[in-house]
This record gives sequence, C-alpha cells and structure tokens, in this order.
Amino acid sequence: MTTPMLSIEGVSHSYGRRPALDNVTFAVAPATFSVLLGLNGAGKSTLFALITRLYGTQHGRIRILDFDVAQFSGEALRILGVVFQSRTLDLDLTIMQNLMYHAALHGMRKRDAEIRAGELLTRIALSDRVDDRVRNLSGGQMRRVEIARALLHRPRLLVLDEPTVGLDVTSRADILHHVRHLVAEDGIAVLWATHLIDEIESRDHIFVLHQGQLLAQGLASSVVDECGATSVRDAFIQLTRSEDLIGGPG
Amino acid sequence: MNTAVTQEHSATSIGHANGGFSLGQYAICLKGIVWREGLRFIHQRERFISALVRPLVWLFIFAAGFRQVLGVSIIPPYQTYVLYAEYITPGLIAMIQLFNGMQSSLSMVYDREMGNMRTLLVSPFPRWYLLCSKLVAGTAVSILQVYAFLLIARFWDVGPPPVGYLLVLPALVLSGLMLGGLGMLISSVVKQLENFAGVMNFVIFPMFFASSALYPLWQVRESSPFLYYVCQANPFTHAVELIRFALYSQVNWVSLVVLCGCTALFVLGAIFAYDPSRGFMARRGEAGGGR
Repeated sequence: MTTPMLSIEGVSHSYGRRPALDNVTFAVAPATFSVLLGLNGAGKSTLFALITRLYGTQHGRIRILDFDVAQFSGEALRILGVVFQSRTLDLDLTIMQNLMYHAALHGMRKRDAEIRAGELLTRIALSDRVDDRVRNLSGGQMRRVEIARALLHRPRLLVLDEPTVGLDVTSRADILHHVRHLVAEDGIAVLWATHLIDEIESRDHIFVLHQGQLLAQGLASSVVDECGATSVRDAFIQLTRSEDLIGGPG
Repeated sequence: MNTAVTQEHSATSIGHANGGFSLGQYAICLKGIVWREGLRFIHQRERFISALVRPLVWLFIFAAGFRQVLGVSIIPPYQTYVLYAEYITPGLIAMIQLFNGMQSSLSMVYDREMGNMRTLLVSPFPRWYLLCSKLVAGTAVSILQVYAFLLIARFWDVGPPPVGYLLVLPALVLSGLMLGGLGMLISSVVKQLENFAGVMNFVIFPMFFASSALYPLWQVRESSPFLYYVCQANPFTHAVELIRFALYSQVNWVSLVVLCGCTALFVLGAIFAYDPSRGFMARRGEAGGGR
C-alpha cells in the first residue's frame, strides 16, 4: 500500500472554547489532485495552519509522508509547498528577489535557486519579468509567482488555500490548469482548498468540510452517487443543507 | 505522468528530507533573512531618513537649546566637563536602536496581518533560528543607522575619540539585540496594527525619558529618588550606559550584565510567544488567517 503524502488523523482544534475542527480524518495520495471543499468558516484555514505548523496540533496527528508534523516539523516542511489564501509576497521586492528569499529560507544555494527559479518562471510565462516589482503584477500573476515560489524547493506535496479567490475567470482557469498540470507531469500531490464548486472535476478526490466536521470524502463522482445527487453542488447542499457555494454545477 | 521527472524529483526530495541542514545551509538562511531586511530598508528611504532626522533634531536643536540649562558634572566615563551634545549622543544612539527595534516589531505585526510573516514561519529551519536570524538582521540595520548618525554628528565636532567608533560596536550589537528582542516580544502580544500607537505611549516614551539618555541619573535622584530607581531598573538606561562607556574605551560591567540578562529574557520570551503549540498567537488563532 502506498504511503499517503498527507495523513490527517483524528485532528481537532479549538480557539479557547470555540471549536474549529472536530475529529477530522483523511489522507491525500501521491500524485493526486484533492479538493478540500467547504464554505468560509468551515475550518479550512485552520487545517492549513495545522498542516504548515503555524499552529501546534492540539488533538490528533498530521503526517506528511512519514514525518509527523509535530515531531519532525523541519523534515515535514521541507517536502511541503504552501500557497496561502492571502498574498504573502513582498510587494516591494522583485519577483526574483522574492524567490531568492524563499530559496534561502529552504537553505538552497543561490546558483541552484536561480536555475530552478528560471525554469519555474518560464513555465508560468513570467521569465521576462524577473526584475519587476511584485507590486506591478496583476492578481493572477502574483498567484502564479506564489505557486512558483512554493515549488522552488521541489516539494512533493503542494497545499493551496483558496488560491483563486478574487481572480477573474481567465486567471482562475489558468491557475487551475497549471496546478492540474503539475499533478499530471511532475507527480506532485495537491490539496486544493476552495468553496468554488466549479473548480472540481468528477475524477478529483474531495473532502467536504463543514463547521469543522468532515461530512464526506472520496472521488467526486462517488460522493455524488452516494448522496443520490446529480452534481457535486447538489451533493454538497444535501450534506450541509446550505446553498452558499459559488460556481456552476460540478 | 512523466516518470523520469517524478523519480528524479522524488529522489531529490527524499534525499533532502533524510539529512539535517548543514551549517552552510544555516548560513544561507541567515544571509537570506539579513539580505531581505537590508533590501526592505533600502526600499523604504523615508524610514532611513526619519531614523536619522529624529536623533539629529535632538542633537542640534534640543541639545543646543538646553546646553546652558543642563550642566553636566564630571561623571564616569568622562574625564572632564563635556558639552551637553556630547553627553546625549550615547542616548540618541540607543534611541535609534530603540526606534529600530520597535519599527521591526511594527513590521512584524504588519507582516503577520498581511501574511508575509507566514513565509518565514513555514520555513523548515527551527523557528528559534528564524526568529534569531530576523533579530540579527534588524540589529545589523540599526547599526548602519547608528554609524550614519555618528558620521553626520562628526561634522559638527560631536563624537567620541576615534577608537570609540570601533569599540562601541560590540555594545551596539548587544543593545540592538536586546531592543530588537523586546520589539519581537511586543509584536507577539500586539494583536493589531492599530494598537501600535499604545506601544509608542507605553513603551518607547517611558523607556527613553526614564533613562540616563537625556540627563545624568544623579540629577534625577536629587529631584525624585523613586524615579531614580525606576531609571535604574529600566534596561534602556543600561543600553545607554554600555554604549556611553564603550565610546570612551571603558566597560560598564553592571550594564553589561543587565543587558545580557534582558536580551536572554526578551529573546526567549519571543521564541516562546511564537511557538506554534504554546505561543500567544496559536491561542488567539491569528497566523492562519481566518478559519
């Protein structure tokens, strides 16, 4: 049996008395595109903060490959690439300076980092703008740079927290296509958190998170069948009794 | 799937994951953090100018105005009567570092609100090392500001003996680390950027005025024994005195011990506060940004 790239085992978290996650368990397999689907406030960002060790795990266990995030955070974070919901690029620095800063934070030598950054920027069609300040980029371009930055140290698992929020339709499609391409070509496992249902394809693995609880998981098509629904959107509404999701039928 | 790419990719990643970081990689990380802090400082020219203008205003306007009012007797480390401008120079140097420490603190709160801080905190290097590197970076920037200030002051014949410029460096490093550590600790408890005005009122001004930066403590004791003890307990006083003595090739041992103790206390406090499992931010639920 293949070791999952990410294992979330019985994870609960609360802020004081306010629960944010309740006994969440799921696993992300290697080279798969998995979607963490939930409304705002479902607990997605808390889960991301736990996976990335911004918060310590209160209950349960999180493993990236074989590394327990609580015990071997350094080893775990080395094979993890992260794109946060809010922009985390330094607007006053150039694209290359942002990438070099990230490379240093992963102990990469400058020469190796420059070669790798060149490859990644070519892939996202921004190689001619390496010396542009990030402030002068569009929202979609910033997101692409953030994805390139997350891939700089060659992670095996990429987690993205609502990466397309606030972008126009074309930029959303570009970014989604780019990340799916990474899964297919590079064999990277991806956990994509979203509340935009039209980003889901039937072959994706989905984890439905609602009010801190995992309500369903499996192939999107299977979840739809199990709910006796006609689409992911209908299945989500049945599971959560909420119609707040944005986007067309999945 | 492109199998070759995947295998090469996996080998690189696993090989990377099994070993610890080398000393060279730690050095790369430190250099990267210092480099980024330097770049930010260069890009924020207003910050550099205001960091210089503030002490220069005190030196050339305040000191000139109070030159006749505040007579300074012969007190260590001075061998003779000194001009008031000469007396307050170490205090202004420490003020540069105090403001720089608080500026770094402000920028950490800003980075945390804007999300940039997460880039640092999700690095695989130990968090204590990342915070210490950030502290070193902030201290390096503050020392650059101090030397720029001393250079300008020299043109007005205000400054220590030439060797003092070199001997003050270790004192600047220690006071920079102490004040930067304090700033880092404050940044962990300040929840929002708006609350930073309170830091100005409750930290910077009391620390600066209740110290030996502007007046010798014997003068303070004559007017208020209680305030004298407050000034003695203020770590900023000891930063000023350590710098003052170092500028004249002497060591104030009491200040050195106090500064070492306070630096350790503040830095350890900041490391604790930023600890993901025990720190203040984890309890408040901030760093992840929403739920």
